[in-house]
Amino acid sequence: MKNLFKLFSIIILIITSNSYSLAAEKVEYLKTDWSFKGLFGKFDRASLQRGYQVYTEVCASCHSMKYLSYRNLAEPGGPEFSEVQAKAIAASFEVTDGPNSDGEMFTRPGKLSDKFVMPYDNVKAAQAANGGAYPPDMSVLVKARGGGVDYIYSLLQGYEEAPSNVSLDDGVYYNKYMYGNKIRMASPLSDGLVEYGDGTNATVEQMSKDVTTFLMWSAEPHLESRHQMGFKAIVYLIILTVLVYFSMKKIWSRVESEV
Amino acid sequence: MSDHDYRPKSKVGQWFNDRLPLLTLANHLTDYPTPKNLNYWWTFGGILTFCLITQIVTGLTLAMHYIAHADMAFESVEHIMRDVNYGWLIRYIHANGASMFFLAVYIHIFRSLFYGSYKAPREIIWIIGIIIYLLMMAAAFMGYVLPWGQMSFWGATVITNLFSAIPLVGEGIVTWLWGGYSVDNPTLTRFFTLHYLIPFLILGLVVLHIWALHVPGNNNPVGIDVKKPSKDTVPFHPYIVIKDGFALLMFMIVFAFFVFYAPNILGHADNYIEANPMVTPAHIVPEWYLLPFYAILRSVPDKLLGVVAMLSAILILAVLPWLDTSKIRSAVFRPLYKQFYWILVADVLILGYVGAMPAEGLYLLIARVATAYYFLHFLVILPVLGFKEKTLPVPLSITEPVLGGSPNLAAARNKESKIE
Repeated sequence: MKNLFKLFSIIILIITSNSYSLAAEKVEYLKTDWSFKGLFGKFDRASLQRGYQVYTEVCASCHSMKYLSYRNLAEPGGPEFSEVQAKAIAASFEVTDGPNSDGEMFTRPGKLSDKFVMPYDNVKAAQAANGGAYPPDMSVLVKARGGGVDYIYSLLQGYEEAPSNVSLDDGVYYNKYMYGNKIRMASPLSDGLVEYGDGTNATVEQMSKDVTTFLMWSAEPHLESRHQMGFKAIVYLIILTVLVYFSMKKIWSRVESEV
Repeated sequence: MSDHDYRPKSKVGQWFNDRLPLLTLANHLTDYPTPKNLNYWWTFGGILTFCLITQIVTGLTLAMHYIAHADMAFESVEHIMRDVNYGWLIRYIHANGASMFFLAVYIHIFRSLFYGSYKAPREIIWIIGIIIYLLMMAAAFMGYVLPWGQMSFWGATVITNLFSAIPLVGEGIVTWLWGGYSVDNPTLTRFFTLHYLIPFLILGLVVLHIWALHVPGNNNPVGIDVKKPSKDTVPFHPYIVIKDGFALLMFMIVFAFFVFYAPNILGHADNYIEANPMVTPAHIVPEWYLLPFYAILRSVPDKLLGVVAMLSAILILAVLPWLDTSKIRSAVFRPLYKQFYWILVADVLILGYVGAMPAEGLYLLIARVATAYYFLHFLVILPVLGFKEKTLPVPLSITEPVLGGSPNLAAARNKESKIE
């Protein structure tokens, strides 16, 4: 037993000393209170709608969102625009369709069933327009980055003057939260860049929070029903477990044995 | 099952049973005498059956919507997550179910190691179990490739490349596995086919595993043979059924927590980036349940020897019944083995930890020491221990310790000295 104790203390020492050294290198992400975290977490509708506005006015000029459809904007658990609003949003985009009976491709206003229109025709075109860097598709971006929402939220606010010992190429910017600190995207947000319809003050912090909330929804459109169902499922399982426990005790009381 | 002279009561039942003795089988399964002192570590067999069935049912449903094509796989998974009714639920159960399956199987294996369940007369059960475990790893690995994310692609590249270590024919084998000159669409389609096949192979082996178990009957925490049926046993139904059911429900609560509240915590973020053969991720890591073996692989500087070490680490388990020379099964009565057992547990956990870290500096050193110790445990410590160790007196029946609460060594010893 003594040996065991020694061994475990060594392991704990190794692990803690390691996380210590890791913590020194790691930057702490900016924190904010996300409404969608926790057992009953839900999206803030107004924030999602503002987030969509930021996406469409700022991000969408470079970043696609190819797995989303305009109908999603009106679906429950999302920004919940009215159907009329969603239709109007869709119709504001030109969609290439076809071929028609003459074999020609044509453009028409977007419909609810259309996928979000992409800013570039393909990856190569996107790279060519952005100095060789591909602006990643944002549909599941939040889930595709280690720090998740906190990382995106911090990154949007993490632009700084590069320290004197860091030299940057043309078209490369310094961001203290970016992996390796070098990023090909210029700081996308500045105070008052968009004008919110609901009168919210469009600070960089506010816009970062709204657009990150929107990205969380786009990555997990069923998050709300997942949380609701999860709570019910776990409560149900706990009640059933308690009932089965007492049944088990009752049944096992017939034999001289412990359960 | 030959010791059963069960006869159904109804005429129809008799007629059917004479032609296909399914009712005799059902009767055997419900009456099956089980040691009554089994603790909760024994409930993981039932839990694993649940895991397998869950994976098969959710997997079949996913396969109805998934498209095994390099250009469409990632998109079809997003289609499942967004547009298929409850597709997100089915996929998260399937993805987290794999982790739960491995969690349960590791507890099951380490329970066996602690109580010596692999020893005579249960060697065949154990060996079938090891084959199941190997197939599980193959199924899990190929399943992880199917979403065609970055980790899928690069994990597949790293693992299939291991075969190139085989002298002379290695490169040819890798090309043959890939169905081309790199991991690509042919690789994906064959992995999908095999991922679909393996669970049914596992299911068949599980039947054999249980069949082989029902010949000698369950081992138990005291590790002695019990007379069946006797005061030491209870019928499987209702006693074990309800106990397994209770444990399964507890397990399902943990499972549900992951599915509903942390569905992506066990996966790697990079797998939400579509596979790109031109961009290599910074760190290629397998899923958590393969990390100890990954650490063993990387701790050997030579590629071929690394692969050999990794495979031996698993295959060595198959000969464990003959490496462990002790006649006593349960670690309860083996004070030295008990300590070495816990050191082995710690060793495997350390291997898992360093497997997730970059293979350099201190991590590599730790991985090497832990790898060496892993083999030392099985090849040296276990065989020697059987001869050197002074074991504690083992009770004659399990009723003794059971009546005294937990296995009461002092009481057992006193009784023995009185008899003498």
